[in-house]
Amino acid sequence: MFEEMAKSPAAWLSGKGKDALVVLSTRVRLARNVAGCKYPPAADLDTKKRIVGYFDSTVARSKMLSLGQYYNAGDISNWDRDFLIERHLISPLFLNGELSKSLFLGPDEKVSIMVNEEDHLRIQALSAGLDPEGAFDIAVAYDAEVGRYLEYDYDPDFGYLTACPTNAGTGMRASVLIHLPGLVLTKEIDNVIKYITRSGLIVRGFYGEGTDVLGNLFQVSNQNTLGISEEEIMGQINRIAREIIEKEALARQRLIDEAADMIEDKIWRAYGILKNARVLTSDEVMNLLSAVRLGHAMKIIDFLDITLINEILLLSQPAHLQKYFGSEMDSNRRDFVRAQMVREKLRSN
Amino acid sequence: MKCQDCQKREAMVHLTQIINNEKTTLNLCQQCALARGFHSPLDNVPFPLAEILTGIASASPKLGLRQEDDGPRLVCDNCGLEFNEFTRQGRFGCGSCYKAFRPRLEPIMRKIHGNSLHRGRGPIVNKGNLDNSDVLPVKEEERLEEELTKAIESEDFERAAEIRDKLKTIRENFSLESK
Repeated sequence: MFEEMAKSPAAWLSGKGKDALVVLSTRVRLARNVAGCKYPPAADLDTKKRIVGYFDSTVARSKMLSLGQYYNAGDISNWDRDFLIERHLISPLFLNGELSKSLFLGPDEKVSIMVNEEDHLRIQALSAGLDPEGAFDIAVAYDAEVGRYLEYDYDPDFGYLTACPTNAGTGMRASVLIHLPGLVLTKEIDNVIKYITRSGLIVRGFYGEGTDVLGNLFQVSNQNTLGISEEEIMGQINRIAREIIEKEALARQRLIDEAADMIEDKIWRAYGILKNARVLTSDEVMNLLSAVRLGHAMKIIDFLDITLINEILLLSQPAHLQKYFGSEMDSNRRDFVRAQMVREKLRSN
Repeated sequence: MKCQDCQKREAMVHLTQIINNEKTTLNLCQQCALARGFHSPLDNVPFPLAEILTGIASASPKLGLRQEDDGPRLVCDNCGLEFNEFTRQGRFGCGSCYKAFRPRLEPIMRKIHGNSLHRGRGPIVNKGNLDNSDVLPVKEEERLEEELTKAIESEDFERAAEIRDKLKTIRENFSLESK
Protein backbone atom coordinates (compact mmCIF):
# COMPACT_ATOMS: atom_id res chain seq x y z
CA MET A 1 0.00 0.00 0.00
CA PHE A 2 1.07 3.58 -0.59
CA GLU A 3 4.00 2.53 -2.74
CA GLU A 4 3.20 5.24 -5.27
CA MET A 5 2.95 7.80 -2.51
CA ALA A 6 6.34 6.79 -1.14
CA LYS A 7 7.99 7.58 -4.43
CA SER A 8 7.08 11.25 -4.36
CA PRO A 9 7.99 13.69 -1.61
CA ALA A 10 5.04 14.98 0.39
CA ALA A 11 3.59 18.16 -1.10
CA TRP A 12 3.65 19.92 2.24
CA LEU A 13 7.39 19.40 2.45
CA SER A 14 8.09 20.68 -1.04
CA GLY A 15 10.07 23.58 0.34
CA LYS A 16 8.09 25.92 -1.84
CA GLY A 17 5.54 28.36 -0.56
CA LYS A 18 5.86 31.61 1.33
CA ASP A 19 8.75 32.00 3.75
CA ALA A 20 9.75 28.42 3.13
CA LEU A 21 13.21 29.10 4.52
CA VAL A 22 11.75 29.37 8.00
CA VAL A 23 8.21 27.99 7.79
CA LEU A 24 8.17 24.45 6.46
CA SER A 25 4.43 23.92 6.32
CA THR A 26 1.01 24.94 7.52
CA ARG A 27 -1.75 22.68 8.74
CA VAL A 28 -5.42 23.40 9.31
CA ARG A 29 -7.60 20.88 11.06
CA LEU A 30 -11.37 20.99 11.49
CA ALA A 31 -13.14 18.80 14.06
CA ARG A 32 -16.71 17.73 13.30
CA ASN A 33 -19.22 15.31 14.76
CA VAL A 34 -22.31 13.69 13.31
CA ALA A 35 -25.48 15.00 14.97
CA GLY A 36 -27.21 12.73 17.44
CA CYS A 37 -24.43 10.19 17.83
CA LYS A 38 -22.18 9.49 20.78
CA TYR A 39 -18.64 10.76 20.46
CA PRO A 40 -15.81 8.26 19.90
CA PRO A 41 -14.30 8.35 23.42
CA ALA A 42 -17.71 7.42 24.88
CA ALA A 43 -19.22 5.47 21.99
CA ASP A 44 -19.79 1.72 21.96
CA LEU A 45 -18.48 -0.37 19.08
CA ASP A 46 -21.86 -0.43 17.42
CA THR A 47 -22.08 3.35 17.24
CA LYS A 48 -18.54 3.61 15.93
CA LYS A 49 -19.29 1.09 13.20
CA ARG A 50 -22.38 3.07 12.29
CA ILE A 51 -20.34 6.28 11.99
CA VAL A 52 -17.95 4.53 9.64
CA GLY A 53 -20.96 3.32 7.71
CA TYR A 54 -22.33 6.84 7.38
CA PHE A 55 -19.02 8.04 6.04
CA ASP A 56 -18.81 5.02 3.71
CA SER A 57 -22.15 6.18 2.26
CA THR A 58 -20.86 9.73 1.95
CA VAL A 59 -17.76 8.63 0.05
CA ALA A 60 -19.89 6.45 -2.20
CA ARG A 61 -22.23 9.30 -3.07
CA SER A 62 -19.87 12.26 -3.38
CA LYS A 63 -18.19 13.00 -6.70
CA MET A 64 -15.57 15.08 -4.94
CA LEU A 65 -14.63 12.35 -2.50
CA SER A 66 -14.53 9.75 -5.25
CA LEU A 67 -11.35 11.43 -6.48
CA GLY A 68 -9.47 10.37 -3.36
CA GLN A 69 -8.63 7.09 -1.70
CA TYR A 70 -10.65 5.55 1.12
CA TYR A 71 -9.34 2.95 3.53
CA ASN A 72 -10.77 0.87 6.31
CA ALA A 73 -8.53 1.00 9.38
CA GLY A 74 -8.37 -2.77 9.51
CA ASP A 75 -6.75 -2.86 6.06
CA ILE A 76 -3.83 -0.65 7.05
CA SER A 77 -0.81 -2.60 8.26
CA ASN A 78 1.37 -1.36 11.11
CA TRP A 79 4.09 -0.52 8.66
CA ASP A 80 1.70 1.57 6.51
CA ARG A 81 0.26 3.15 9.62
CA ASP A 82 3.73 4.34 10.61
CA PHE A 83 4.28 5.61 7.09
CA LEU A 84 1.10 7.69 7.25
CA ILE A 85 2.05 9.07 10.66
CA GLU A 86 5.46 10.13 9.42
CA ARG A 87 3.84 11.79 6.45
CA HIS A 88 1.62 13.57 8.89
CA LEU A 89 -1.60 12.32 7.30
CA ILE A 90 -2.82 10.73 10.52
CA SER A 91 -2.12 11.38 14.18
CA PRO A 92 0.14 8.94 16.08
CA LEU A 93 -2.59 7.35 18.20
CA PHE A 94 -5.30 7.19 15.52
CA LEU A 95 -4.71 3.61 14.43
CA ASN A 96 -3.91 2.19 17.85
CA GLY A 97 -6.23 -0.09 19.72
CA GLU A 98 -9.72 -0.74 18.48
CA LEU A 99 -10.11 -0.18 14.73
CA SER A 100 -13.71 0.84 13.96
CA LYS A 101 -12.24 3.70 12.01
CA SER A 102 -11.54 4.70 8.46
CA LEU A 103 -9.39 7.12 6.56
CA PHE A 104 -9.91 9.26 3.50
CA LEU A 105 -6.93 10.67 1.61
CA GLY A 106 -7.47 13.39 -0.95
CA PRO A 107 -5.51 13.63 -4.19
CA ASP A 108 -1.97 15.05 -3.89
CA GLU A 109 -1.97 14.39 -0.14
CA LYS A 110 -3.38 17.82 0.50
CA VAL A 111 -6.18 16.62 2.71
CA SER A 112 -6.98 13.70 4.97
CA ILE A 113 -10.11 12.85 6.92
CA MET A 114 -9.85 10.59 9.95
CA VAL A 115 -13.09 8.92 11.00
CA ASN A 116 -13.49 8.16 14.72
CA GLU A 117 -10.36 9.75 16.06
CA GLU A 118 -11.28 11.85 19.11
CA ASP A 119 -14.21 13.27 17.12
CA HIS A 120 -16.23 11.53 14.44
CA LEU A 121 -14.45 13.49 11.74
CA ARG A 122 -11.09 15.21 11.72
CA ILE A 123 -10.59 17.01 8.42
CA GLN A 124 -7.01 18.10 7.94
CA ALA A 125 -5.34 20.03 5.13
CA LEU A 126 -1.63 20.70 4.66
CA SER A 127 0.14 23.31 2.58
CA ALA A 128 3.76 24.20 2.02
CA GLY A 129 5.28 27.28 3.58
CA LEU A 130 3.25 29.86 5.50
CA ASP A 131 -0.20 29.45 3.99
CA PRO A 132 -3.08 29.12 6.43
CA GLU A 133 -5.53 30.44 3.83
CA GLY A 134 -4.56 27.80 1.31
CA ALA A 135 -4.88 24.99 3.83
CA PHE A 136 -8.13 26.41 5.18
CA ASP A 137 -9.70 26.68 1.72
CA ILE A 138 -9.03 23.01 1.10
CA ALA A 139 -10.25 21.91 4.53
CA VAL A 140 -13.43 23.94 4.27
CA ALA A 141 -14.19 22.63 0.78
CA TYR A 142 -14.17 19.07 2.11
CA ASP A 143 -16.02 20.17 5.23
CA ALA A 144 -18.79 21.66 3.09
CA GLU A 145 -18.92 18.61 0.83
CA VAL A 146 -19.24 16.13 3.70
CA GLY A 147 -21.73 18.51 5.29
CA ARG A 148 -23.99 18.04 2.29
CA TYR A 149 -24.54 14.43 3.29
CA LEU A 150 -24.13 14.40 7.04
CA GLU A 151 -25.70 16.72 9.57
CA TYR A 152 -23.09 18.12 11.93
CA ASP A 153 -23.51 18.57 15.68
CA TYR A 154 -23.79 22.34 15.96
CA ASP A 155 -25.14 24.79 18.51
CA PRO A 156 -25.55 28.54 17.92
CA ASP A 157 -23.82 29.32 21.23
CA PHE A 158 -21.09 26.71 21.27
CA GLY A 159 -20.56 26.33 17.56
CA TYR A 160 -19.42 22.98 16.24
CA LEU A 161 -19.66 20.52 19.10
CA THR A 162 -16.63 18.41 19.84
CA ALA A 163 -15.70 15.67 22.31
CA CYS A 164 -13.18 17.90 24.02
CA PRO A 165 -14.38 21.38 25.02
CA THR A 166 -11.01 22.79 23.99
CA ASN A 167 -12.01 22.22 20.36
CA ALA A 168 -15.55 23.55 20.37
CA GLY A 169 -16.67 26.54 18.33
CA THR A 170 -14.80 26.65 15.06
CA GLY A 171 -13.29 23.24 15.76
CA MET A 172 -10.29 24.70 14.00
CA ARG A 173 -6.66 24.23 14.85
CA ALA A 174 -4.22 26.06 12.59
CA SER A 175 -0.52 25.45 13.02
CA VAL A 176 2.78 26.12 11.37
CA LEU A 177 5.98 24.11 11.50
CA ILE A 178 8.91 26.48 11.79
CA HIS A 179 12.66 26.16 11.88
CA LEU A 180 14.38 28.42 14.40
CA PRO A 181 18.06 27.54 14.65
CA GLY A 182 19.06 31.21 14.91
CA LEU A 183 16.94 31.89 17.95
CA VAL A 184 18.07 28.66 19.56
CA LEU A 185 21.75 29.38 18.97
CA THR A 186 21.53 32.96 20.23
CA LYS A 187 19.62 31.64 23.24
CA GLU A 188 16.72 33.98 22.60
CA ILE A 189 14.28 31.14 22.00
CA ASP A 190 12.94 31.05 25.56
CA ASN A 191 11.90 34.68 25.40
CA VAL A 192 10.29 34.16 22.01
CA ILE A 193 8.36 31.19 23.33
CA LYS A 194 7.16 33.25 26.28
CA TYR A 195 6.09 35.99 23.91
CA ILE A 196 4.15 33.60 21.69
CA THR A 197 2.46 32.07 24.71
CA ARG A 198 1.49 35.49 26.06
CA SER A 199 -0.05 36.22 22.67
CA GLY A 200 -2.42 33.34 23.25
CA LEU A 201 -0.82 30.73 21.03
CA ILE A 202 0.72 27.34 21.79
CA VAL A 203 4.33 26.47 21.04
CA ARG A 204 5.53 22.90 20.96
CA GLY A 205 8.92 21.47 20.37
CA PHE A 206 10.15 18.00 20.88
CA TYR A 207 12.85 17.69 23.46
CA GLY A 208 15.14 14.89 22.42
CA GLU A 209 18.42 13.95 24.05
CA GLY A 210 19.70 16.65 26.35
CA THR A 211 17.75 19.85 26.34
CA ASP A 212 17.95 20.74 22.66
CA VAL A 213 14.81 20.80 20.63
CA LEU A 214 14.92 18.16 17.92
CA GLY A 215 15.93 19.67 14.61
CA ASN A 216 15.22 23.14 15.99
CA LEU A 217 11.68 22.57 14.78
CA PHE A 218 8.73 24.13 16.55
CA GLN A 219 5.02 24.00 15.98
CA VAL A 220 3.01 27.12 16.68
CA SER A 221 -0.75 26.82 16.79
CA ASN A 222 -3.80 28.71 17.97
CA GLN A 223 -5.13 27.80 21.36
CA ASN A 224 -8.64 29.18 21.34
CA THR A 225 -11.29 27.86 19.02
CA LEU A 226 -14.44 29.36 20.54
CA GLY A 227 -15.39 33.04 20.46
CA ILE A 228 -13.03 33.66 17.59
CA SER A 229 -13.73 33.41 13.89
CA GLU A 230 -11.84 31.26 11.41
CA GLU A 231 -10.48 34.38 9.73
CA GLU A 232 -9.26 35.73 13.05
CA ILE A 233 -7.46 32.47 13.78
CA MET A 234 -5.67 32.66 10.45
CA GLY A 235 -4.87 36.30 11.13
CA GLN A 236 -3.36 35.33 14.48
CA ILE A 237 -1.18 32.67 12.93
CA ASN A 238 -0.03 34.93 10.09
CA ARG A 239 0.79 37.79 12.42
CA ILE A 240 2.73 35.75 14.91
CA ALA A 241 4.49 33.77 12.20
CA ARG A 242 5.66 36.97 10.55
CA GLU A 243 6.96 38.29 13.85
CA ILE A 244 8.81 35.06 14.54
CA ILE A 245 10.25 35.03 11.01
CA GLU A 246 11.57 38.54 11.58
CA LYS A 247 13.09 37.66 14.92
CA GLU A 248 14.71 34.58 13.42
CA ALA A 249 16.14 36.66 10.58
CA LEU A 250 17.66 39.09 13.08
CA ALA A 251 19.09 36.24 15.11
CA ARG A 252 20.67 34.72 12.01
CA GLN A 253 22.16 38.07 11.11
CA ARG A 254 23.58 38.34 14.60
CA LEU A 255 25.21 34.96 14.18
CA ILE A 256 26.82 36.07 10.95
CA ASP A 257 27.97 39.35 12.47
CA GLU A 258 29.29 37.96 15.72
CA ALA A 259 30.23 34.35 15.08
CA ALA A 260 30.55 33.74 11.38
CA ASP A 261 33.41 31.25 11.71
CA MET A 262 31.65 29.23 14.37
CA ILE A 263 28.45 29.05 12.39
CA GLU A 264 30.16 28.09 9.18
CA ASP A 265 32.10 25.42 11.00
CA LYS A 266 28.92 24.02 12.55
CA ILE A 267 27.21 23.93 9.17
CA TRP A 268 30.07 22.34 7.27
CA ARG A 269 30.67 19.77 9.97
CA ALA A 270 27.03 18.77 9.81
CA TYR A 271 27.25 18.46 6.06
CA GLY A 272 30.45 16.48 6.38
CA ILE A 273 28.90 13.95 8.74
CA LEU A 274 25.83 13.53 6.56
CA LYS A 275 27.97 13.05 3.49
CA ASN A 276 30.30 10.49 5.07
CA ALA A 277 28.79 8.75 8.06
CA ARG A 278 28.15 5.02 7.89
CA VAL A 279 25.63 4.90 10.73
CA LEU A 280 23.00 7.55 11.44
CA THR A 281 19.99 7.61 13.75
CA SER A 282 16.91 9.54 12.65
CA ASP A 283 17.36 12.01 15.52
CA GLU A 284 20.91 12.67 14.36
CA VAL A 285 19.74 13.29 10.82
CA MET A 286 17.10 15.72 12.02
CA ASN A 287 19.66 17.68 14.00
CA LEU A 288 22.29 17.66 11.29
CA LEU A 289 19.75 18.66 8.66
CA SER A 290 18.87 21.64 10.82
CA ALA A 291 22.39 22.98 10.40
CA VAL A 292 22.36 22.19 6.70
CA ARG A 293 19.00 23.91 6.27
CA LEU A 294 20.44 26.95 8.01
CA GLY A 295 23.45 26.70 5.73
CA HIS A 296 21.17 26.74 2.73
CA ALA A 297 19.27 29.78 4.01
CA MET A 298 22.52 31.60 4.66
CA LYS A 299 23.74 30.64 1.20
CA ILE A 300 26.74 28.91 2.71
CA ILE A 301 25.60 25.58 1.31
CA ASP A 302 24.03 26.95 -1.81
CA PHE A 303 24.38 23.84 -3.94
CA LEU A 304 21.72 21.91 -2.07
CA ASP A 305 18.07 22.31 -2.97
CA ILE A 306 15.64 22.81 -0.11
CA THR A 307 13.40 20.16 -1.64
CA LEU A 308 16.25 17.68 -1.30
CA ILE A 309 16.78 18.63 2.33
CA ASN A 310 13.11 18.03 3.03
CA GLU A 311 13.15 14.79 1.09
CA ILE A 312 16.01 13.49 3.22
CA LEU A 313 14.19 14.61 6.36
CA LEU A 314 11.18 12.53 5.45
CA LEU A 315 13.02 9.52 4.04
CA SER A 316 15.16 9.23 7.17
CA GLN A 317 12.06 8.48 9.22
CA PRO A 318 11.83 4.73 9.98
CA ALA A 319 8.78 3.66 7.94
CA HIS A 320 9.75 5.79 4.94
CA LEU A 321 13.26 4.43 5.06
CA GLN A 322 12.03 0.87 5.02
CA LYS A 323 9.67 1.57 2.13
CA TYR A 324 12.52 3.22 0.25
CA PHE A 325 14.62 0.06 0.57
CA GLY A 326 11.61 -2.20 0.17
CA SER A 327 11.83 -4.27 3.33
CA GLU A 328 11.30 -4.15 7.06
CA MET A 329 14.46 -3.79 9.10
CA ASP A 330 15.52 -3.69 12.72
CA SER A 331 16.86 -0.53 14.29
CA ASN A 332 20.55 -1.26 13.76
CA ARG A 333 20.12 -2.09 10.11
CA ARG A 334 18.00 1.02 9.66
CA ASP A 335 20.76 3.22 11.07
CA PHE A 336 23.16 1.71 8.57
CA VAL A 337 20.93 2.05 5.49
CA ARG A 338 19.82 5.50 6.58
CA ALA A 339 23.39 6.68 6.31
CA GLN A 340 23.58 4.97 2.94
CA MET A 341 20.43 6.73 1.72
CA VAL A 342 21.72 10.10 2.89
CA ARG A 343 25.05 9.60 1.13
CA GLU A 344 23.27 8.57 -2.06
CA LYS A 345 20.94 11.54 -1.97
CA LEU A 346 23.73 14.01 -1.32
CA ARG A 347 25.94 12.50 -3.98
CA SER A 348 23.24 12.67 -6.63
CA ASN A 349 22.81 16.39 -6.04
CA MET B 1 -0.31 7.57 44.83
CA LYS B 2 -3.28 7.39 42.48
CA CYS B 3 -3.12 8.44 38.87
CA GLN B 4 -4.19 12.05 38.57
CA ASP B 5 -6.27 11.40 35.45
CA CYS B 6 -8.36 8.35 36.26
CA GLN B 7 -7.99 8.40 40.06
CA LYS B 8 -8.32 4.63 39.96
CA ARG B 9 -5.01 3.01 39.11
CA GLU B 10 -1.68 3.50 40.81
CA ALA B 11 0.53 6.21 39.30
CA MET B 12 3.54 4.42 37.86
CA VAL B 13 4.67 7.08 35.43
CA HIS B 14 6.04 10.29 36.81
CA LEU B 15 6.76 12.91 34.21
CA THR B 16 8.35 16.26 34.50
CA GLN B 17 7.49 18.48 31.58
CA ILE B 18 8.98 21.75 30.62
CA ILE B 19 6.54 23.43 28.30
CA ASN B 20 6.86 27.04 27.32
CA ASN B 21 9.44 27.40 30.04
CA GLU B 22 7.13 26.21 32.76
CA LYS B 23 7.77 23.05 34.69
CA THR B 24 4.93 20.77 35.61
CA THR B 25 4.90 17.29 37.10
CA LEU B 26 2.42 14.63 36.05
CA ASN B 27 1.74 11.43 37.99
CA LEU B 28 -0.08 8.94 35.77
CA CYS B 29 -0.85 5.27 35.48
CA GLN B 30 0.46 3.53 32.38
CA GLN B 31 -2.85 3.57 30.53
CA CYS B 32 -3.49 7.25 31.06
CA ALA B 33 0.11 8.07 30.20
CA LEU B 34 -0.28 6.22 26.92
CA ALA B 35 -3.65 7.87 26.29
CA ARG B 36 -1.96 11.24 26.66
CA GLY B 37 0.70 10.25 24.18
CA PHE B 38 3.61 9.63 26.50
CA HIS B 39 5.69 6.63 25.60
CA SER B 40 7.77 4.89 28.21
CA PRO B 41 11.47 5.69 28.07
CA LEU B 42 11.99 2.11 26.97
CA ASP B 43 10.23 2.70 23.61
CA ASN B 44 12.25 5.00 21.47
CA VAL B 45 9.65 7.57 20.63
CA PRO B 46 8.98 6.41 17.10
CA PHE B 47 7.65 9.53 15.46
CA PRO B 48 9.53 12.57 16.61
CA LEU B 49 8.50 14.67 13.63
CA ALA B 50 4.87 13.66 13.90
CA GLU B 51 4.94 14.12 17.67
CA ILE B 52 6.07 17.68 17.23
CA LEU B 53 3.38 18.26 14.66
CA THR B 54 0.56 16.78 16.68
CA GLY B 55 2.01 17.71 20.02
CA ILE B 56 3.28 14.96 22.30
CA ALA B 57 3.32 17.40 25.14
CA SER B 58 -0.03 18.87 24.27
CA ALA B 59 -1.97 16.58 26.61
CA SER B 60 -5.49 17.99 26.52
CA PRO B 61 -5.76 20.18 29.55
CA LYS B 62 -7.75 18.45 32.18
CA LEU B 63 -10.36 20.86 33.31
CA GLY B 64 -9.34 20.60 36.93
CA LEU B 65 -12.60 22.15 37.94
CA ARG B 66 -14.18 20.62 40.94
CA GLN B 67 -17.49 22.33 40.57
CA GLU B 68 -19.33 22.53 43.85
CA ASP B 69 -22.40 20.41 43.37
CA ASP B 70 -24.75 23.01 44.72
CA GLY B 71 -27.35 22.74 42.01
CA PRO B 72 -29.52 19.99 40.57
CA ARG B 73 -27.58 16.99 39.34
CA LEU B 74 -27.05 17.59 35.61
CA VAL B 75 -27.24 14.49 33.46
CA CYS B 76 -27.31 14.15 29.69
CA ASP B 77 -30.49 12.36 28.69
CA ASN B 78 -28.96 10.98 25.52
CA CYS B 79 -25.79 9.32 26.78
CA GLY B 80 -26.20 9.43 30.56
CA LEU B 81 -23.02 11.40 31.25
CA GLU B 82 -23.14 13.27 34.56
CA PHE B 83 -21.76 16.76 34.81
CA ASN B 84 -19.32 15.84 37.59
CA GLU B 85 -17.99 12.98 35.51
CA PHE B 86 -17.55 15.37 32.62
CA THR B 87 -15.46 17.81 34.65
CA ARG B 88 -13.33 14.94 35.89
CA GLN B 89 -12.61 13.33 32.51
CA GLY B 90 -12.70 16.47 30.37
CA ARG B 91 -14.75 14.91 27.56
CA PHE B 92 -18.36 15.16 26.45
CA GLY B 93 -20.23 11.96 25.63
CA CYS B 94 -22.34 13.44 22.84
CA GLY B 95 -23.78 16.70 21.51
CA SER B 96 -26.72 16.58 23.90
CA CYS B 97 -24.30 16.94 26.81
CA TYR B 98 -23.73 20.53 25.77
CA LYS B 99 -27.45 21.20 26.04
CA ALA B 100 -27.80 19.32 29.30
CA PHE B 101 -24.87 21.11 30.92
CA ARG B 102 -25.52 24.49 29.30
CA PRO B 103 -26.04 26.46 32.54
CA ARG B 104 -22.65 25.31 33.86
CA LEU B 105 -20.68 25.48 30.63
CA GLU B 106 -20.30 29.20 30.22
CA PRO B 107 -17.65 29.66 32.94
CA ILE B 108 -15.82 26.56 31.73
CA MET B 109 -15.66 27.76 28.14
CA ARG B 110 -14.60 31.18 29.31
CA LYS B 111 -11.79 29.62 31.30
CA ILE B 112 -10.60 27.56 28.34
CA HIS B 113 -11.09 29.99 25.48
CA GLY B 114 -11.49 33.34 27.17
CA ASN B 115 -14.88 33.40 25.46
CA SER B 116 -18.10 31.51 25.59
CA LEU B 117 -19.97 32.47 22.44
CA HIS B 118 -19.33 31.11 18.97
CA ARG B 119 -18.37 33.72 16.39
CA GLY B 120 -17.31 31.60 13.49
CA ARG B 121 -19.04 29.83 10.64
CA GLY B 122 -21.91 27.42 10.83
CA PRO B 123 -22.98 24.52 8.66
CA ILE B 124 -24.58 25.47 5.37
CA VAL B 125 -28.23 24.95 6.23
CA ASN B 126 -29.68 26.16 2.98
CA LYS B 127 -28.14 23.65 0.66
CA GLY B 128 -28.90 25.70 -2.42
CA ASN B 129 -29.88 23.56 -5.35
CA LEU B 130 -29.60 20.38 -3.34
CA ASP B 131 -32.82 18.92 -2.09
CA ASN B 132 -33.03 17.12 1.20
CA SER B 133 -32.86 13.74 -0.43
CA ASP B 134 -29.07 14.05 -0.42
CA VAL B 135 -28.75 14.36 3.33
CA LEU B 136 -28.22 11.04 5.04
CA PRO B 137 -30.95 10.74 7.68
CA VAL B 138 -28.59 9.84 10.48
CA LYS B 139 -30.62 11.54 13.19
CA GLU B 140 -33.75 9.86 11.94
CA GLU B 141 -32.08 6.47 12.03
CA GLU B 142 -30.77 7.05 15.55
CA ARG B 143 -34.21 8.16 16.72
CA LEU B 144 -35.92 5.14 15.17
CA GLU B 145 -33.34 2.77 16.70
CA GLU B 146 -34.13 4.17 20.12
CA GLU B 147 -37.86 3.85 19.56
CA LEU B 148 -37.40 0.29 18.37
CA THR B 149 -35.57 -0.61 21.58
CA LYS B 150 -38.31 0.99 23.66
CA ALA B 151 -41.06 -0.77 21.71
CA ILE B 152 -39.38 -4.16 22.18
CA GLU B 153 -38.84 -3.52 25.88
CA SER B 154 -42.47 -2.63 26.38
CA GLU B 155 -43.40 -5.69 24.28
CA ASP B 156 -45.28 -3.61 21.72
CA PHE B 157 -44.19 -5.90 18.92
CA GLU B 158 -46.61 -4.51 16.36
CA ARG B 159 -45.09 -1.08 16.76
CA ALA B 160 -41.61 -2.60 16.74
CA ALA B 161 -42.35 -4.25 13.42
CA GLU B 162 -43.53 -0.94 11.97
CA ILE B 163 -40.37 0.81 13.09
CA ARG B 164 -38.21 -1.99 11.77
CA ASP B 165 -39.80 -1.63 8.36
CA LYS B 166 -39.26 2.12 8.39
CA LEU B 167 -35.60 1.56 9.22
CA LYS B 168 -35.30 -0.95 6.40
CA THR B 169 -36.68 1.59 3.92
CA ILE B 170 -34.30 4.30 5.06
CA ARG B 171 -31.31 2.00 4.90
CA GLU B 172 -32.18 0.73 1.47
CA ASN B 173 -32.70 4.20 0.06
CA PHE B 174 -29.53 5.64 1.49
CA SER B 175 -27.37 2.51 1.66
CA LEU B 176 -26.58 3.10 5.30
CA GLU B 177 -24.83 0.33 7.17
CA SER B 178 -27.42 -1.88 8.85
CA LYS B 179 -26.96 -3.77 12.12
